[in-house]
Amino acid sequence: MKSREYQQIDPKALPTPTQSPPSHQHQAVGDDGRTPRRKWEVFPGKNRFFCDGRIMMARQSGVFPLTLGLILVTSGLFFIFDCPFLVKHLTSCIPAIGGVLFVFVLITLLQTSFTDPGILPRATPEEAADIERQIDDTGNASYRPPPRTKEVLINQQVIKLKYCFTCKMFRPPRTSHCSLCDNCVERFDHHCPWVGNCVGKRNYRFFYTFIVSLSFLTAFIFGCVTTHLALRAKGGKGLMFALQESPGSAVELAICFFSVWSILGLSGFHTYLVASNLTTNEDIKGSWSGKSGEAVTNPYSHKNIFINCCSVLCVPMPPSLIDRRGFLPADEPAQTSGVDLELPNPSTKSDINVVGGSSHLCVQGPKGLLESAALTPLLATSCPQGKPQTALPCPENTSALNSDPSLELSQRCGGTHHNSKTYGSTSPPLPTKGRLQKHKRASSHTPRSTFDDHVSPSSHDGNHRSTDRGHRGAKFATLQ
Amino acid sequence: MAETHSLQDLQQPAVSSKVFVQRDYSSGTICKFQTKFPSELESRMDKQQFEETMQSLNNLYAEAEKLGGKSYLEGCLACLTAYTIFLCMETHYEKVLKKIAKYIKDQNEKIYAPRGLLLTDPIERGLRVVEITIFEDRSIGSGR
Repeated sequence: MKSREYQQIDPKALPTPTQSPPSHQHQAVGDDGRTPRRKWEVFPGKNRFFCDGRIMMARQSGVFPLTLGLILVTSGLFFIFDCPFLVKHLTSCIPAIGGVLFVFVLITLLQTSFTDPGILPRATPEEAADIERQIDDTGNASYRPPPRTKEVLINQQVIKLKYCFTCKMFRPPRTSHCSLCDNCVERFDHHCPWVGNCVGKRNYRFFYTFIVSLSFLTAFIFGCVTTHLALRAKGGKGLMFALQESPGSAVELAICFFSVWSILGLSGFHTYLVASNLTTNEDIKGSWSGKSGEAVTNPYSHKNIFINCCSVLCVPMPPSLIDRRGFLPADEPAQTSGVDLELPNPSTKSDINVVGGSSHLCVQGPKGLLESAALTPLLATSCPQGKPQTALPCPENTSALNSDPSLELSQRCGGTHHNSKTYGSTSPPLPTKGRLQKHKRASSHTPRSTFDDHVSPSSHDGNHRSTDRGHRGAKFATLQ
Repeated sequence: MAETHSLQDLQQPAVSSKVFVQRDYSSGTICKFQTKFPSELESRMDKQQFEETMQSLNNLYAEAEKLGGKSYLEGCLACLTAYTIFLCMETHYEKVLKKIAKYIKDQNEKIYAPRGLLLTDPIERGLRVVEITIFEDRSIGSGR
């Protein structure tokens, strides 16, 4: 070994981290031929990006405009109709408290909706080939396809990791693939149509703060409006008189009355989840309920409520693993940008480019991948084929998408907590446009057993365990 | 016989293969990589050195995700300000990621590059794998 002299790789010849696009022409260009493209433009998931990649949401924004509108309208009416009266008759703290709560709610809502929930970037073709090789090696020479699960031991419990066909990797524990966004999300809680985004590892704390502050705000407004109307109706004048004097209060009363119970309930439910270090996903599937007869406990729980809360809410904010604002490397072999630490989201630099083309590369086979990888000198991540593309349907992709209805149903079950908010209207619980039909169709399948989650300590069929959480159990049943 | 190497050859070594070191989930969902020495590297470097590199990386990631007094304080402060401080301040995790990037660069310069290897920062692969690129053996004496 010592007699060989290896080609010394001069680290200084390696591409140095650069923030701005290199001035030479080795950059994938945009349509106008001049501006280099950023990675968010070729991101394979179903997401929407704004402000040049700084802000992201799910492609289907669900009822996010409705949520925002309701909060703004209710708070606006509160400040216009109720605050002047209450300041005069009670105290001027009321608009101050209301203002603080309103700002809190708005900021946390926007943060929940616009933050990357913890999306895992898809595997590069080389990685995918490597994993395939490993799977084939361990498979036996039978007609059955090789197993697409891996078992790991976490805290003396066997956890099965499932292989994600879309992202071409074994999903880490607690990660789930959201079919609405077509991304694997770490510590996937649920896809929330009310905020128009998935709730996962990175934005769970925003979501939790949002629903807690919203329940305070709703309860506060409800209390203030009631006080206001009671004060106006004093002296035998009657409620109708009070409502006529302050019509806005009637609207607020209706909205708050119907929403306060569900939001409070939701906050309580999520407080329970935080205290036990569970996700909505795991709770719905009953992953740790031990109904299969084995003694399964939540291996992620620290067995201490305070530590569980801290580990969910106070853990250092993890970075975004998808590099939205990084520049795409050139199509031909060229320098690739290294880790860019100045950007707030340091992460995969050129993966997205390759992943965009991976739908082609995935049919090449490992040898083709290595050959194409060998064309690039260093950190072979450029797609040598041509322009980066958005994800074209690959055979595996469509199969993953075909299981959408059941997946959506399961994921949306997490959103049923929100569905109970009718906001004074009698519209059906599921707010989005065509999805209701899809879900009703899907309910004829086994609703939850096809949910593509890796967490399955035993081969359970995902039946919803009976909860003693009152109305929530009923709501799950009605959704099915 | 004098072998002439074109300048291009010297500056752009060809990639021979890549090794992927996967994550180790035995301690839960924290970021930790397997320290098992891959067989493809046996001819290129010491097992000890590799394990040392991986162990240091794991320690650095553990530091990034550590639940301690400082992280509680940061979390509570962030909550009180409706998490707006994340927009202005560099988080603890990001600071440690910079340290990790520097460490990997050091390791590449000192240990891996002289052996025709290159470590890729896991953050560039979504913290899924540590990718080790094995470059072709361009030894001068290979013709003998």
